[in-house]
Amino acid sequence: MTISNIWVVVEPSSASLTTTSLELLSHARSLGASVSAITWGDGASNAAQAGEYGASTLYDVGDLAGALPGVPVAYAIAALVDSLGAPDAILLPTSYDGRDIAGRLSAKLDRPVLTNVTGLLDEGGLVTEHPIFGGSQTVRARFTGEGPGIVVVRAKSFAVESANGAPATIVSASSGDTGAAGAAKILTSHVEERTGPKLEEASVVVSGGRGLGEADKYALIEEAAKLLNGAPGASRAIVDAGWVPYSHQVGQTGKTVKPTVYIACGISGATQHMVGMKGSKNIVAINKDPDAPIFQIADFGIVGDVHKVLPALIEALKARS
Amino acid sequence: MNIVVCVKQIPDPAAPQSLDASFNLDRSGKLILDEADTYGVEMALQLVDKAGSGEVTVVSMGSGTDLAGVRNALAMGAAKAVIVSDESLRGTDALGTAKVLAKVIEGINPDLVLCATESSDGYTGTTPVQLAELLSLPSITFAKAITVDGETLKVERQTESGYDEVVSPLPALVSVTAGVVEPRYASFKGIMAAKSKPVETLSAAELGLEGVTGRAGARQEITAVVAAESREAGEKYVDEGDGAQKIVAFLESIKVL
Repeated sequence: MTISNIWVVVEPSSASLTTTSLELLSHARSLGASVSAITWGDGASNAAQAGEYGASTLYDVGDLAGALPGVPVAYAIAALVDSLGAPDAILLPTSYDGRDIAGRLSAKLDRPVLTNVTGLLDEGGLVTEHPIFGGSQTVRARFTGEGPGIVVVRAKSFAVESANGAPATIVSASSGDTGAAGAAKILTSHVEERTGPKLEEASVVVSGGRGLGEADKYALIEEAAKLLNGAPGASRAIVDAGWVPYSHQVGQTGKTVKPTVYIACGISGATQHMVGMKGSKNIVAINKDPDAPIFQIADFGIVGDVHKVLPALIEALKARS
Repeated sequence: MNIVVCVKQIPDPAAPQSLDASFNLDRSGKLILDEADTYGVEMALQLVDKAGSGEVTVVSMGSGTDLAGVRNALAMGAAKAVIVSDESLRGTDALGTAKVLAKVIEGINPDLVLCATESSDGYTGTTPVQLAELLSLPSITFAKAITVDGETLKVERQTESGYDEVVSPLPALVSVTAGVVEPRYASFKGIMAAKSKPVETLSAAELGLEGVTGRAGARQEITAVVAAESREAGEKYVDEGDGAQKIVAFLESIKVL
């Protein structure tokens, strides 16, 4: 069986679809499949973009009246499966709402879900790839039962490539009654102030870990990142410790980054962290432990005290600017 | 207020990990309470405390007989535990796990179900929401703060750009991030008390769930495990006061500077 029909959940984000959504559309099309997309909120205003990247139809769940997207979008997809038949696969981005929709849909349709996918191949059927043990090994998997298989894909797994397609045809899709399950509502949204490039998009990322010793020292990371026109990142350890917000976290449970250079300061290199930054073009590590696992993947390592090396680096960068 | 916290006993993440011959994670060593679950246990204890009545029940599924991790949750202060454990559960996927947990939780009928956002060993990250759907409950994932006011739940849910304030009626399910609260360490008194707290152990068969669990119920299979493209270690220098200059030179060589 070859793959002929893929549905992609595309997430609205201000005036555009999210980059991961476009990555999924691009890859779904490259598998030779007919691609349909599903969106909500003001996502339908991006029908031209969905079409450009390969979707012929854009199913629009519409305004969610404050509801979290998980339940209404999953119920709308389940209704589409009922009325149109199951596609070969449904792809979703790894994001807060993407995972919610996937989980709801899986239980609603009674179909399994594969998550943390970083590769999708057509081998006479869909084969998924998943990094394990910090990305040192790759698991290949496939669905064995009745479809549709639900696949949640990590950011930056595929390139964004325009198909120069015509705008997608918008078709309205209803969630129907979401009952008690749909009762959670968003009251207000708080946006954290941020300057400089976004962590996922920055060409330079300077990240700090437990080796910084205390929360105040994270200011050094922010300063170095700013001087390099980059973004500050963090290991899970210091996010859990409350030093920096979760939005800074790089790794399995945080963001995937692939900058030109990733500078890891006082980060030992837990597998949890490495899976999120191993795809960086260059990796620089500063750590006082010569045996820290981070050095095994670093192109350039300095065994030294981050409290001495980092301030010196900041001075050197200032002297150049 | 009665709260169920779903917890998982996992192989120590600090120990080397491997897959067995059938591509399942090797769970033969000592199992511990997933650290990600300690936040839910702590949050539940604080919410029950604040409500002034009720109790915390820990629910767990696994294939082993080691209960040290669950005892740890009891030592922190949970009142009792229900464990679904038998060898036939090995290889159960996220949806199968949710079906098992749902069956147990239906019998408890709590006001609130708490989970971690994902386990630290399998990190599928969908079980909480699958569970909520099976229980017909509203769910709020990625909570960084939780308050309960009467019958209303208020949660700060992480988003890409900050957080949303979300409200929901109870009963509901919430998945919590690390850092939602600071988990307590079990006291000596707690550890001693945990030894006599009730732990009910059930099998998949007793729940009538044979067939939907285990490898057969997963409806997915691993076809191969291959070595990933590896990165080679590059140059490494011991800082002798020139470390920063060396980094600058490296950044120049890759044209970042």
